[in-house]
Amino acid sequence: MTDKQLKITINGREVVCGKEDTILQAAQKAGVRIPTLCNDNRLEPYGGCRLCIVEVKGVNRPLPACTTPVTQNMEVRTDNDTITRVRKTLISLLLSNHPNDCMRCEKTGDCGLQDLSYEYGVDGKRFEGEMWDLPIREDNPFITYEPNKCILCGRCVRICNEIVMAGTIDLVGRGFNSMPDTAFRKPRSLDNCEFCGQCVSTCPTGALTDRKGRGKGRSYEMKKVKTTCSYCGTGCNFYLNVRNNKVIKVTSAYDAPVNQGNLCIKGRYGYDFIHSPERIKTPLIKKGGSFHEAGWDEALDLIANKFKELVDKHGPEKVGGFSSSRCTNEENYLLSKWVRCAIGSNNVDNCARV
Amino acid sequence: MTEKKKTVNKKAQPKAKSKPKSRIPKDLTIRVCVGTGGLAAGSKEVIEAFYAELEIHGLPPCVEKKCVNKTGCRGFCAKDVLVDVIIDGELSTYQFIKPEMVNRIVNEHIIGGNPVTEWLVGPDYHVFHDKQTKILLKQCGQIDPEDIEAYLGIGGYKGAGKALSVTPFEVIEEVKASGLRGRGGAGFLTGLKWELCSMAKGTPKYIICNADEGDPGAFMDRSVIEGNPHSVLEGMIVGGYAIGSSYGYVYIRAEYPLAIERLETAIRQAKEKGFLGKNIFNSGFDFDIKIKQGAGAFICGEETALIASIEGKRGMPRSKPPFPVNKGLWGKPTVINNVETLSNLPSIITNGAKWYSSIGTEKSKGTKVFALTGKIKNTGLIEVPMGISVKEIIYDIGGGMERNRQFKAVQTGGPSGGCIPASHIDMPVDYESLIGIGSMMGSGGMVVMDDATCMVDMSKFFLSFTQHESCGKCVPCRIGTKRMLEILTRITEGKGKEGDIELLLELGTDIKLSSLCGLGQSAPNPVLSTIRFFRNEYEAHINDGICPAHVCKALRQYVVNAEVCKMCGKCFRVCPSGAITWEPKKKAAISKSKCVKCGACFEACPFNSIM
Repeated sequence: MTDKQLKITINGREVVCGKEDTILQAAQKAGVRIPTLCNDNRLEPYGGCRLCIVEVKGVNRPLPACTTPVTQNMEVRTDNDTITRVRKTLISLLLSNHPNDCMRCEKTGDCGLQDLSYEYGVDGKRFEGEMWDLPIREDNPFITYEPNKCILCGRCVRICNEIVMAGTIDLVGRGFNSMPDTAFRKPRSLDNCEFCGQCVSTCPTGALTDRKGRGKGRSYEMKKVKTTCSYCGTGCNFYLNVRNNKVIKVTSAYDAPVNQGNLCIKGRYGYDFIHSPERIKTPLIKKGGSFHEAGWDEALDLIANKFKELVDKHGPEKVGGFSSSRCTNEENYLLSKWVRCAIGSNNVDNCARV
Repeated sequence: MTEKKKTVNKKAQPKAKSKPKSRIPKDLTIRVCVGTGGLAAGSKEVIEAFYAELEIHGLPPCVEKKCVNKTGCRGFCAKDVLVDVIIDGELSTYQFIKPEMVNRIVNEHIIGGNPVTEWLVGPDYHVFHDKQTKILLKQCGQIDPEDIEAYLGIGGYKGAGKALSVTPFEVIEEVKASGLRGRGGAGFLTGLKWELCSMAKGTPKYIICNADEGDPGAFMDRSVIEGNPHSVLEGMIVGGYAIGSSYGYVYIRAEYPLAIERLETAIRQAKEKGFLGKNIFNSGFDFDIKIKQGAGAFICGEETALIASIEGKRGMPRSKPPFPVNKGLWGKPTVINNVETLSNLPSIITNGAKWYSSIGTEKSKGTKVFALTGKIKNTGLIEVPMGISVKEIIYDIGGGMERNRQFKAVQTGGPSGGCIPASHIDMPVDYESLIGIGSMMGSGGMVVMDDATCMVDMSKFFLSFTQHESCGKCVPCRIGTKRMLEILTRITEGKGKEGDIELLLELGTDIKLSSLCGLGQSAPNPVLSTIRFFRNEYEAHINDGICPAHVCKALRQYVVNAEVCKMCGKCFRVCPSGAITWEPKKKAAISKSKCVKCGACFEACPFNSIM
C-alpha cells in the first residue's frame, strides 16, 4: 500500500483503493457490483438515481456509493434488508412513470432499467399515478428521443457538457416535469448539436436511440466486431454491430484506451459508405480516358514504375510526400521513411494545419 | 426598549384624560413602520400625510430634523400601520392608522397634547411584545433602516470593530462558546462551521449569507434585512474575518425587492464609512460584499444548490461530502450562514459569549424568530428564547386561539417539519425536542391549527409545495413525493383505499432515507407526523368517508347539532343555496339535497353547533 492508497472493507472483504476514490470506484476495482443507473465512469459523480446507496458503519443513513469518498478503515456493506427495500421502491417509482413497453422497445436486452427490474423482481404496478405522455421526437436525422422513457439520470446532459462540451442539452422544467431538452425545446440541428451521439451511447434506457439502427435488430442479435475508426489518426475503437452480414450501427467500446467509448459524428454515424453501391472496392487505372478495375499488384507496379521514371528524369528532389491526417502516426512515419529512403528526397509534409 | 414602551405608554394613557395642553412639542419623534407589511397597509401615504400635516402647523424644522422616522417591521403586522408618537420622551403607539386619521393625531395629540385614546394599541399589543426576548428584532421598528447613522447611534459596527481587533481564532472561540447554532434549520454549530472552514485548504475563501427564504409563511429574514440590514452586513464582516475570507455574497430571492434595495443602500453606506472595501476599520483586512439575486427556486435555499446558482448553473443540490466548508463556491472553502444567524453575531461579539449563552436551553442557545400564523389571535413575527413552551407562544404571545376554538396542533419547520399536537403543548421549543417529535426547527414558520383544520388536507398542502419545488434530480423526491401527493389527494377526494396509510408510511420512510438533499429528506415529514398523531383522521377519510374537520369538500356533510344551536339564524342568512331552514326561535336544519358544501354556515356559526 502506498501513501496514495487506503484500506476499506466491502462486505467484510479488505480492499485497497485510491485515496481519492469514491466507494463505487473502490467497489468496481475490487469486482464488487453496486447497482446504479446514473453513473458513467467517464462522468463526474452525480448521485441522482440513488440506487447505489450502501450502508457505512457508523452512519445512521444509507449513503450513495457514487458520490461518497472513501476514508481509511471505512466499513461498507453493499446490501441489507433496508437497502434492498429502498432500491425496490426506487425502481417501482421509476417504472411508475415509464411506458413499460419492453416488448417493442429498441433497448430491450440492453437496458439498465429492465435489468434492474428483473434483478429486483419489481414491476410497474405498485404505484399508480400521472405518467408522462409526450410525443416521440424524430426531428433530426440521427437521434430518436422518447421522453416518456427518460429516467432523468442526467447522463446525456452531463456527457454533452462535460465531455463534448457542446452544451446542446440541459435539464429543463422542474420537479416531476423536468426533462433533458435543447434550449427553448428547439429541434436538434447542426445549429445547436454536433450529432456525435454521445448522449445516445450513455443513455441507460430507450429514451435516446440511434435512428438509423431502429427496428433492425436487438442488441443481443448483433455480432459485435471491434475495429478502429478509419476517419482520422486518433485511432478510436468501436464495435460494428453486424447482423446478416450488414453493419446496422456503431456502439461504444468503453475499454478502448484511446477514446474510452467516446466518438464523434463520423465514427458513430459515418458508416453508410460500407454498404454503398458507389463504394470503390478495387484500385482503378485510367486507360484510354476512363477508369478500369485493376488488381493491387498491377496498380502498385504501375505507381512504382512511374515514380522511378520521374526520379530518373527530374531527380529525387523534385518528388515530395504529402500524407493525410486520417493516417496514424505510424503510417505518417512510414511515408516519411519511404520518401527519404526509397525516393531520396527530404520533401515530406502532412495536411494537418490549423 | 419593550419595557420602556410599556411603562411609558401606561403613563401616556391617563394623561389623555388630563387637561388639554396646547403647545408645540420641543422634542418630537414619529416612527412609522415601512416594512413590506407596513407599506402594503399604506405606511408611505401615512408618512406623507404626517409631513403635510406638520407643515400646515408650522413644524417644518422638525421634518428637517427627521422627526418622522421610517422604521422596519416590529413584528405585529396584523395591526399595521403602526405609528409611534414620542413627545418629550413619552411614547404612544397607534394601530391601524390610515392617512385620513393623521390630521386628528396631529391636532389632538401633537398640538393638543391629548392622545387619541381610541386609536391607541390595546393590551394585546403589549402582551404580544412583553413575553418576547428581543435581540435581533430589537432594533427593527426602532431605527431607520436606510440610515447608517441610526445604526451607528445604537452601537452598530462596534461588534465588527471589536472582532477585528482580536485574532480570527479568538473570534471563532467566542462564537463557539456562545453556542450559536445555524438558524437556517439544521442547527449546525456556527463556530464549528467557521473553524472547519478556517482550517480548510484553498484560497480565496467565501462567506455567503443565505437570504433565499422560501418556506410558506416565513418572513423573518426579510424583516431583519428590511428593518436592520447593517446587522447582517456586520455579521458577515465578523464571519469573513474569522474564516479568512475577503469576499462575501448575499444570495437573496428576487421576490424581496424592498429588502434588496435596503441591502444595496446599506452596502453603499458601509463602503462610504470604510466598513466594507479595502483595509476596513484600518485593520489591514479587506472585505467586500456582492448581492446575487435568486431566480425563484425554493431549492436554491439548499446550500449546494445555492452555490450552483451563484456559479450560473441550474440550481440543483449535490451530494455531501465534500461539504461547502471544504469545497464550496468555485470549489473553494465556503461558509454559508443564514440571515438570522449572521445578525445575531454583532450582539454576541459586543456583549460576549457568556451573555448570549445565558439565554436558551443547554443545547439551544439564544433566541429564535418565528413567523406566527394560522388560527391564532395575534399573528406576526415573534422572537422568543429557546426552550419556551408551545403553550406560552400560543396562549401568551399569540393571545390564544381565534374565535376561542380548540387548539389542535402547530406545524413547525414549514413544509419540512411536522406537527406538534395539543397533547404536547407543554413541550419546549428547541432543536432537539422538535426533532424528537418528528418535526424540526426549520427556518421558523409556525402555523397554528384549530379543530377546523383537516390534518390530511394540511399535509397535502405542504407536500404539494415541496412536490412543486422539487428540482427533479433524484428519483425519490421527484417521483416519490408526486406519488405521495396523489395518494393524499385521493384520500381527500373520498377515493382513499385500504392500505393507503401503510403505503404512505412505506413510501415516506424510503423517500427520507434515500433522497439527495434536505428537501427530499424532509418532504414526507408533514405526512408522517400527521399520521403519527392524527391517524384517526386519515382512517375517517378512508374508511368512513368523513372529513372530521369539514374541510375536504368531497367528504363534507353538514348537520346542525340541535343541542348546541342557539337559534340565532346566522347560518340561515349566509347559506347561498337555500339549504337551511330556520325561523326565529326555532333550531336550524340543513337539507342534504340542497347543500352545496360551501362551508359558509360552518364558518358563520358563533356557537360551533354546525358539524
